[in-house]
Amino acid sequence: MEKFITLTSTAIPLAIENIDTDQIIPARFLKATDRKGFGNNLFKDWRYNKDETINTDFALNNSDYSGSILVAGDNFGCGSSREHAAWALVDYGFKVIVSSFFADIFKGNALNNGLLPVQASKEFLSILIRTIENNPETQLVVNLETQTISIHNSEISEGFEIDFYKKTCLINGYDDIDFLLSKKETIEAFEAQKQY
Amino acid sequence: MKKTLFDKVWDAHIVDSIENGPQILYIDKHLIHEVTSPQAFAALEDRGIPVLRPNQIVATADHNTPTINQHLPIQDKQSKKQLEQLTTNCTKNGITLYELGHKYNGIVHVMAPELGITLPGMTIVCGDSHTSTHGAFGTIAFGIGTSQVAQVFASQCLLLTKPKSLRITVNGKLKKGVLPKDVILYIISKIGTNAGTGYFCEYAGDVFENMSMEGRMTVCNMSIEMGARGGMIAPDQTTFNYIQGKEFAPKGDAFEEKVAYWKTLPTDEGAQFDKEYHFDAQDIEPMVTYGTNPGMGIKISETIPANDNASFKKSLEYMGFEQGESLIDKSINYVFIGSCTNSRIEDFRIAADYIKGKQKAKNVTAWLVPGSKLVESQIIEEGLKAIFDDAGFQLRQPGCSACLAMNDDKIPQGEYCVSTSNRNFEGRQGQGARTILASPLVAAATAIAGKIVDITKDVEQLEFV
Repeated sequence: MEKFITLTSTAIPLAIENIDTDQIIPARFLKATDRKGFGNNLFKDWRYNKDETINTDFALNNSDYSGSILVAGDNFGCGSSREHAAWALVDYGFKVIVSSFFADIFKGNALNNGLLPVQASKEFLSILIRTIENNPETQLVVNLETQTISIHNSEISEGFEIDFYKKTCLINGYDDIDFLLSKKETIEAFEAQKQY
Repeated sequence: MKKTLFDKVWDAHIVDSIENGPQILYIDKHLIHEVTSPQAFAALEDRGIPVLRPNQIVATADHNTPTINQHLPIQDKQSKKQLEQLTTNCTKNGITLYELGHKYNGIVHVMAPELGITLPGMTIVCGDSHTSTHGAFGTIAFGIGTSQVAQVFASQCLLLTKPKSLRITVNGKLKKGVLPKDVILYIISKIGTNAGTGYFCEYAGDVFENMSMEGRMTVCNMSIEMGARGGMIAPDQTTFNYIQGKEFAPKGDAFEEKVAYWKTLPTDEGAQFDKEYHFDAQDIEPMVTYGTNPGMGIKISETIPANDNASFKKSLEYMGFEQGESLIDKSINYVFIGSCTNSRIEDFRIAADYIKGKQKAKNVTAWLVPGSKLVESQIIEEGLKAIFDDAGFQLRQPGCSACLAMNDDKIPQGEYCVSTSNRNFEGRQGQGARTILASPLVAAATAIAGKIVDITKDVEQLEFV
């Protein structure tokens, strides 16, 4: 897994609530047996019209916006457990998703793929969206070590929470398999004595 | 210290706790299917890591399988490849697979309980968010991503932070025609799609105590639709009776020993929950959804509420509905009875009971998709197929089908489908398709009338509801 320490980037605002993983990557694209190429179909039915032409109203198609940070509405990633949603976001080029609330399974999947979910307060999220919409050149600074998200060259900043263990994994590029394998003896001992 | 059902099962599975970090939780059963497992097998293979406990894994093909002509080669090349990959991976790693056509094949959350694979007090995971279904047995069961599937392959464990506890109590007697699906749709409509995020839920009260195992599975299945990773119901005599005699359930003395243990699992009197909700059974009526998330539900007799929120308006625009509108008399061309929420024998009995002697409306395409081969056989043996055939319904073969429309069972652009599945997200049942979630009874009544009808007016003569 790639390490994540800090990121400074412009951001794409997507002020829609309850974005479910079926929107992030529709089920018809889940037939692949590898992890590659899902970015092409990220938000497929919002990025493209019914006749396959580009939907110019959609934020990802707006040439004013760019960057590897997605700033999205409340309850991002709800619904299906498909990790393909995280793969699609990463493959498209996102490294950070900011929302005021994340669904549990998506959050875990994102962290397992080096994609940082930054949970901001509702107020801070509105400030970010307004600021980016007013000036798409706005740079955001995400610092995992200090657990802060800020608007570059401004006083506007907020702290965010992250599990200490997951933070360590991201900063060092470790994943859970390495850790669990190191615990093999403890696991086998548990199996030998389990009471239920 | 007084413990909840969840605490008891969780604590019994802690292998180790990391300081300032998650716990290592032991997983008893790992269920896998063709869509979320191939990349996990590949990840292990790339790193030269073996599958640690293949005999604790059970595989089925369900998400991407056709529901007609299952004996013929699969037409869609990608689907075919995905299913072949599952077979190869299971063979290579010594994992039991109920592939397409196998007598035990079915939707993962229908197949495992009916075979006695799911037992109280277990931890069960699967790369599918509706794994919460198995909580109906007093099991900690939840959906995981593919990276976690790989972790369980490698270590039979997961690294997890213990979720907070939530209890939803519903007491009283349900009105006639109100089914378990209505109960859970009602709860989600009241508390919203993220009220349960970060929590594991226990459903308590006499409504759930008096519910069949099929009904409890329907309720627990949709826990994820309010954001909860899982939902549980305390095991009781109904649970034990359901399990006894199932193919892989413990038998004889071993069964009695297990029952004695399972009886210790219910939440201790006075145990504390982090959050509680209470509802009255008498307030619940048959439900329908009108929007694009499962929380956007109303009683069938109510009108769509008013709301100025932009996402709410976007949702109504997608559905082609107006604020203040009633759904009664809306013309419906598609009806789907199936999915891991409502494809068990009880669901088809209820539908058949209503349909018996009636004819499907001409404008309606009605798909009945059993949850498993065993359910399919039961439908035939009990004479329900004859009722469906006579009424013009199409009984198809088992699979996830139009719940997520990965296979050819898609609802066309712009069409409404009254569906017994679990998600009404945009495009969930096909690009541009508009889903209205409901119970098997409301779905059956819609298919007969060709439009949504107020079912509360003609349920008196029914046997099963």
